[in-house]
Amino acid sequence: MSAAPDPATADLATAGALALGDDALVLSHRLAEWTGHAPVLEEDVALANIALDLLGQARTLLSLVGDEDELAFLREERAFRNVQLVEQPNGDFAHTIARQLYFSVYQELLYGQLAAGGEAAPLAPLAAKAVKEVAYHRDHAEQWTLRLGDGTETSHARMRAGLDGLWRYTGELFRPVEGLAVDWAALEAAWLETVGGVLERATLTLPEGPRATGWSAGAGRAGVHTEPFGRMLAEMQHLHRSHPGASW
Amino acid sequence: MSADAEDAGRRTTAGSGGTEPSADAGVGAGPDAGSGAGVGHGASAGAGPRGADAGTGAGAVAGDWPLWEVFVRSRRGLSHVHAGSLHAPDAAMALRNARDLYTRRQEGVSVWVVPSTAVTASSPDEKDPFFAPAADKPYRHPTFYELPEGVRNL
Repeated sequence: MSAAPDPATADLATAGALALGDDALVLSHRLAEWTGHAPVLEEDVALANIALDLLGQARTLLSLVGDEDELAFLREERAFRNVQLVEQPNGDFAHTIARQLYFSVYQELLYGQLAAGGEAAPLAPLAAKAVKEVAYHRDHAEQWTLRLGDGTETSHARMRAGLDGLWRYTGELFRPVEGLAVDWAALEAAWLETVGGVLERATLTLPEGPRATGWSAGAGRAGVHTEPFGRMLAEMQHLHRSHPGASW
Repeated sequence: MSADAEDAGRRTTAGSGGTEPSADAGVGAGPDAGSGAGVGHGASAGAGPRGADAGTGAGAVAGDWPLWEVFVRSRRGLSHVHAGSLHAPDAAMALRNARDLYTRRQEGVSVWVVPSTAVTASSPDEKDPFFAPAADKPYRHPTFYELPEGVRNL
């Protein structure tokens, strides 16, 4: 436990990698929870593929910060720097697709900016590789959003509920992260345009209501997380904590 | 499936105004029709009747979705080879499922998906007329050619 680096003292270069790595790790775990439970076998594999892509990104990013296993399995909840959006429970399939749409559009735009940063940006090589994976994740979410939104009354209502329920967690995505050279205002504008365009084609609209303001949502980058995250971490970490150094 | 298709038809009709319900019924009737709507989906999104099957994702099981045969070209110069089959609501999703199921380890440079109902297969009853060995017909075997060196995929 004591070997895990304290994020508060990590320097700026690694702060960005920690935030993005935690995003990828936590969402990877949430998506992996669908394995064996997805509506159809094909979707089971698709979600697991996306989860594995994200896990690969997380491993690369967290390795820039320290020991990836210690960071993933031995940190307390308050030391994680992921946005609150990715830790939200899966809900029904439409809820998961809404979360995927919000996050994968964000991640694709963010990695795109980092990749364009050139060699000066320490994360540019990783971002250039990951942006191709994330483009597929975005496409997957987009295809399902179109089909659920413009499908039956039930699928439309479920998609609507997923989008509305997660909307308040989207403001946090655009709060500047230390160590990342990103134009956050441009990122948010592009995100709104892309998500809005998909929703319009899916006979849906952007939800209304507060995103960045309001009560509490949006402190994940500061280590404040929502209640379901603790239970997710307990499941994710218990094996490593119970059997330190276990391998298979 | 028909009940879902009607549901989807109503929804689409309500959204786009001028769609005839009968057109939607046709889309829901078979995998072929559904695939047509799926192929055009990207270009005409939001306009016409989307594959009626598409809307059933939330509550349906794979049994409601048509079956697709997947063909993968493993590298340039080779032909597409049958890799397997899968379920998908429409052609666009079938292509994506095929990518996830059959090419996730860089096996392919191109993927085809074909509705299984579009495949006409030979019958086991016709085995003899179709496939009786023709070993006594040497003129049918291309054994009179010299195979150039280095040609592996003839």
